[in-house]
Amino acid sequence: MSNDPVPAGEPAGTGAPTEALAQLLRRSARGDEAAFAEFYDATAARVHGLIRRVIRDPAQSEEVTQEVYWEVWRTASRYDSNAGSPLAWLMTVAHRRAVDRVRASEASHRRESSWSGRNQPVPHDETAERATTALEAARVRSAMTQLTDLQREALQLAYFGGYTHREVAAMLDLPVGTAKTRIRDGLIRLRDALGVAR
Amino acid sequence: MIDIHALSGAYVVDALDDTERSLFEAHLADCPACRDEVAELTETTAVLSSSLVEEPPSHLRDSILAGITTMRPLPPLVPDLAEHRRRRFRWMPSLMVAAAVLTAIAVGTLLIGNAGDPEQPVLTADDVISAEDAERVRVELDGARAVIVRSASVGHAAIITREMPPPPDGMVYQLWLQDPDGSLASAGLMPRERNQTLLLEGDATSAIGAGITVEPEGGSPQPTSEPIIFVALS
Repeated sequence: MSNDPVPAGEPAGTGAPTEALAQLLRRSARGDEAAFAEFYDATAARVHGLIRRVIRDPAQSEEVTQEVYWEVWRTASRYDSNAGSPLAWLMTVAHRRAVDRVRASEASHRRESSWSGRNQPVPHDETAERATTALEAARVRSAMTQLTDLQREALQLAYFGGYTHREVAAMLDLPVGTAKTRIRDGLIRLRDALGVAR
Repeated sequence: MIDIHALSGAYVVDALDDTERSLFEAHLADCPACRDEVAELTETTAVLSSSLVEEPPSHLRDSILAGITTMRPLPPLVPDLAEHRRRRFRWMPSLMVAAAVLTAIAVGTLLIGNAGDPEQPVLTADDVISAEDAERVRVELDGARAVIVRSASVGHAAIITREMPPPPDGMVYQLWLQDPDGSLASAGLMPRERNQTLLLEGDATSAIGAGITVEPEGGSPQPTSEPIIFVALS
């Protein structure tokens, strides 16, 4: 893999374009440990960043990051490139495991702290792919302004906070059935603003 | 009442509870529009998290890479009829292990349901699943999953199945509710579907358990075999 300037279409915060990641996964599925190590190096900062944001506790976050990559190693053959990008697949595995962890330990100190993203230190890497990440972050910030306040808050609580739509409804004083609608509407607007296509 | 399509966003960000997730995944199998939407929204969440970047400590890398040397990567999922048949027949005996609870069940009287009462509004499984007091029990074995939901306020129970192998030819899955006195009442026959959401027939208000047996086509007035699934309800 090359460390040359970022090619077009490279997912921010990873060191590899989509097709290269897919290739590394295919090799990992055949038991290629070197390919898996490369896949890890290209994606670990993204995975760990998301997990840290949801779980917050550093030790638990490390455990979950480890679980995620072990699951990826075992199930790499089940990745289907027709269903989506390797990064989306990976981040889905990571998010699901992070959420399972916080729901399993309700007593975690995460619950005692404020959910507000603005007041939390956001995991951010200072060395790798800084330019791509900053660019991408600006694009996401700009796209987020297309959402209503309620859509944005509901989406952030669910995705970064790991709360269920019922919990989100209670936190935002919404009727029980409506938080899931806000989350979906917010994601759809975000998809359109970012021009995300399959 | 749940508008199932509206769950796509909450599904993508893992904001559904287990029952809703099973329900939506079963729906996904039949709804290409929802599958497309889920795929696009999943890509969107990957972009949403793109500013969250934190390099994990190097000891974690060492530990992860050391770990994989002892783990065998799973083979790809390939459609294979022979494997499918083996799985189908392995599934039933293994579920029976979980069902030892039922060995001492007395034969009792059938409960008469009120399904034919013209005064009663038509109930659906969604009424049970979305009830505030819904009580849920999950069973998971060999990749087959079922969630049994009972709402005392609605007075009924429902079952959601996922990847449930079909019963042997000439046989049918029959649902049962167990009364506090231990007797079993038929709660209906299950259509031959791997993924379904079904309202159990009969009053489940005071049921202490629910189960499934394999019966000859048409069902039986009382179970003629050990249950393949049995769950206790509190």
